[in-house]
Amino acid sequence: MTAPLIEGRGLTLSFGSERVLDQVSLSIRAGEIITLIGPNGAGKSTLVKTLLGLQKPDSGEVIRKPGLRVGYVPQKLAIDQVLPLTVKRFLTLTRSATRNHCEKVLTQVGASHVIDAQMSSLSGGEAQRVMLARTLLLRPELLVLDEPTQGVDVSGQAELYRLIDEIRHELDCAVLMISHDLHLVMAKTDQVVCFNRHVCCSGIPETVRQHPEYRSLFGVREADAIGIYTHEHDHEHDLSGHVVGGCGHDHSHDHHNHNHGHNHGQGHSHAPHNHADAPIRQEADTAK
Amino acid sequence: MIDDFLVRAIVGGVLLACICGPFGAFIVWRRMAFFGDMLAHSALLGVALGLLIGLDVRLGMIATCLASALILAFGQRQSKIGSDTVLGMLAHSTLALGMVALAFVQGVAVDIMAYLFGDILAITMGDIWLMLGGGVVAIGGLIWMWRPLLALTVSPEIAAAESIPVERLRLIFMLLMALVIGLAIKIVGVLLITALLIVPAASARFFARTPEQMAIGAALFGAASVLTGIALSWHVDTPAGPSIVISAAGLFVISSIVMMGLRRR
Repeated sequence: MTAPLIEGRGLTLSFGSERVLDQVSLSIRAGEIITLIGPNGAGKSTLVKTLLGLQKPDSGEVIRKPGLRVGYVPQKLAIDQVLPLTVKRFLTLTRSATRNHCEKVLTQVGASHVIDAQMSSLSGGEAQRVMLARTLLLRPELLVLDEPTQGVDVSGQAELYRLIDEIRHELDCAVLMISHDLHLVMAKTDQVVCFNRHVCCSGIPETVRQHPEYRSLFGVREADAIGIYTHEHDHEHDLSGHVVGGCGHDHSHDHHNHNHGHNHGQGHSHAPHNHADAPIRQEADTAK
Repeated sequence: MIDDFLVRAIVGGVLLACICGPFGAFIVWRRMAFFGDMLAHSALLGVALGLLIGLDVRLGMIATCLASALILAFGQRQSKIGSDTVLGMLAHSTLALGMVALAFVQGVAVDIMAYLFGDILAITMGDIWLMLGGGVVAIGGLIWMWRPLLALTVSPEIAAAESIPVERLRLIFMLLMALVIGLAIKIVGVLLITALLIVPAASARFFARTPEQMAIGAALFGAASVLTGIALSWHVDTPAGPSIVISAAGLFVISSIVMMGLRRR
């Protein structure tokens, strides 16, 4: 087995007298998708920040693969009006790229229209898309997403998750994601870690769903609601990995997505072609 | 016939404005105006120490600015006392210490006003060479760390997650800024240096779409302020340092009115 990309061992951290992390051990291996769920204030963000080295633990250690490329999408990015910053400039923040390349990744996330807009003028959903586009340029080995659908309306959330899934397939990277949108997340994930200051339980979605500690944390109704969704998703997945709903827009980037679809076409033998080729849909929140 | 001292004032002033522009932009973005103020206050202690030890006063100022930046960088690592309070304490205690230390300097009549408000018309060739050397170091350093420093300014979290050495960059930036302020005091003085850093940058904000445009715009606005200020001082016989700051403020007002006009159209 290969060494983990990032491994935390026995991480413990207190803010004042409050213990936020209690002997947490977690590792992420190449290609793995781990979703961290837990109630508000459970210390999910803190755990991720500790794993990334943004926060020093009181005890325990974080082992990071040397030279690991991480793409980080924070919960929200508040860009001050004081700083003039176009989307194009933001995309090249830590790594340079040509305008063409920037246009390409923005098209992929369905946000090509904002390339010259100021970052501070973007809506929540647009900002998330732009941040995802930046990770496409970075080509990280590990993509870390902290509640990627915060501030995005419900219809946009499923769309964002689909986008993340697509990006993950393209980059072939590991994903560490924090989420409390239980319904949408679980089905796409390899391993769910149910977290409330310590790791309550972890495993494949099915296992976690049955786990008593999970059920007591989220309540039986929530837990069952996920069951319904997973089922729905399994069904969808049989059809196509790229299924999206009907798209009312005409996209100038159809051509690119067609190519993409053909390259992977063989993989989706059940998929009706027009579905597999469906371009990323623009959603309500970007069409102001 | 233009007098030599005027040429030196113009060359030194424009040079300084070009150095201050990009730094001022970062100060505005990173909300470090008070930090700049504090460094400037501590420079007066450098004047006193320079005179007491017999060191060059300019080097004394640069040295105390660097030392204060270091103290502050480490003082901010604790969280019991807010960083604005740490800044305020350092600013005023170093200023007071400087004044007290100056009282011990015997036999030298120190022109405090020249340090508080600057004396650009007394600039020497030595000052210009020092500014040129220091400016090359400061601007060179800033260009060298531009991309990671900007990433850090946009989001410390993204920067740290993507393996940018956040703490080291912060420290280097603070030291470079201390150097710039140490260089600038001769021209606009302890009390006005922050203005020369932030006002041109604020004016440039109106017209900039990218960070780079704002940094260059700040240098241009700064140079224009210096030239206008010196002209004002020359024709109306006003003190040069304050005239430069007034010009910078005037340019800011004009820019904001122009911008409002453009928006309305």
